Amino acid sequence: MTRQTARILALHGGLLAVLFAAQFVLPAYHHGNLARIMVLASYAIGYNILFGYTGLLSLGHALFFAAGMYAMGLGIQYGGLSPAPAFLAGVVAGALISGALALLALRTTGVAFMIVTLMFAQAGYLTILYFGEYTRGDEGFVIQTAQRMLWGINLSDPVNRYFAAFGLFAISLSLSLWMVRAPFGRVLVAIRENEDRVQMLGYDTYVHKLGAMVVSGTISAAAGAAYGLLFGYAGASFASVQYSIFPLLWVLLGGAGTVLGPFIGTLFMFYLIDLSSGVTTAYMLIAGVVLVALTLFAPQGLAGEVRRRVWRGLP
Amino acid sequence: MLRLEAIDAGYGGGRVLQGFSLDVAAGEIVCLLGRNGAGKTTCMKAIMGLLPLMAGRVMLDGQDIGRLPAHEVPKAGIGYVPQGRRLFAGLSVAQNLEIGLRARGSGRDTLEEVLDLFPRLRERMAQPAQTLSGGEQQMLATARALCLRPKVLLLDEPTEGLQPSMIEAIRQVIVQMRDAGVAVLLVEQRVDAVLSVADRVAFIETGRNGEVMEADALRADHGIVERYVGV
Repeated sequence: MTRQTARILALHGGLLAVLFAAQFVLPAYHHGNLARIMVLASYAIGYNILFGYTGLLSLGHALFFAAGMYAMGLGIQYGGLSPAPAFLAGVVAGALISGALALLALRTTGVAFMIVTLMFAQAGYLTILYFGEYTRGDEGFVIQTAQRMLWGINLSDPVNRYFAAFGLFAISLSLSLWMVRAPFGRVLVAIRENEDRVQMLGYDTYVHKLGAMVVSGTISAAAGAAYGLLFGYAGASFASVQYSIFPLLWVLLGGAGTVLGPFIGTLFMFYLIDLSSGVTTAYMLIAGVVLVALTLFAPQGLAGEVRRRVWRGLP
Repeated sequence: MLRLEAIDAGYGGGRVLQGFSLDVAAGEIVCLLGRNGAGKTTCMKAIMGLLPLMAGRVMLDGQDIGRLPAHEVPKAGIGYVPQGRRLFAGLSVAQNLEIGLRARGSGRDTLEEVLDLFPRLRERMAQPAQTLSGGEQQMLATARALCLRPKVLLLDEPTEGLQPSMIEAIRQVIVQMRDAGVAVLLVEQRVDAVLSVADRVAFIETGRNGEVMEADALRADHGIVERYVGV
């Protein structure tokens, strides 16, 4: 193991150790927040694989998040599934939908790709509203505590919920770190830098982008399924365009194309809104000013700036 | 080795190349000379499948590769170093080379051979490509193409903007590749660079064939260079 690899493992392993230990010291309020942040950060990690590493800006990731959430939720509500197979159904739904969307959307590039992904996500959102008889539309539906028992473990219990969120985040982070350091991930970065050149080296860039989109969509769907399962609710707002913009913001703030960026961005944004809303009702104004300042002074995001100024090898 | 048979290629509906033909044999350096806009880079892109052929054939060792998808052309044995180098700026030197190696499943031996040609890169393996000097970036772009173990090497203005010592280093590598049996097709604007390395020179004028002559004959007749290139 090289010194560089050891440092990378120490940093990412260190973050996981801190998050694990935080469970025992955090007050109840922040304990709950951190569980939510870890699930949303997993969503951002999925988004980062497509946007940060492959350079494809999607405006439709809410479709994958909601696909996971609804396949899981409807599976429990109407299919009588227990949490484990319902979660699996959510993950599979995300993989299938992201694969199908990739086949169509990857025929386009740039702005057209953004528009196609946005349109499909809107179609997904409208589909949820259309089938309101089952999905309960905007209102959504609650997944009862009794339906969230996983092998006798109550997932609505804060401690169990925290560990489940931690498990999802640890898997997502590790997968992301492994992938970007593996040859497949290197090719994704190369595609982001110069797709023509990658083709000229003999790589089928379409297949690589397809793979990136499926992995990204699957992780996003897993986050959606976990969110519904751990917080007991599935609603159409999670399929709205707002939930496609959120991961983009989190990733940009934390540092696109960095493994830790999505977590940092999600944590930062969550607490920025949480704290500023305690100060004033015009909290979005405060959030906006801080975001503008960050964009001006840390254009590569927080982790991106660390990479630029301190540690060039930060993955 | 490489034969272009009356190819037409261009952008949109426009035909930049019109009935252009060319041969490059194994162990030969052929230089394509012409004015700006004559179609030199278009020719390179058409060979690589980056522009669709509107007519004609691109033959490599008797096989028509003119309609292959772009990513299959390097696998057929053609390496391309485009104008402007086009490195993966955020990746290190080692990672840039690794991507080249993996494309053809080449191993450590190939990497060592390539690094022997460019010893400067050996000292900079961990450095991000964007921090290299212009000459080193050109070396890296060429080295990455050589990781594919190409039978044919296409070089688009490899000495553009480089200092004389770097130009000489690149020139030596091109000659070594030729001596190793690689067919080299070189696009250059600098006539002195062409004359120092080429075996044959093919002129291109508004997308059509001009004269093809031995480099020795060109050295004795500068008038023809003035006619085609204007210098």
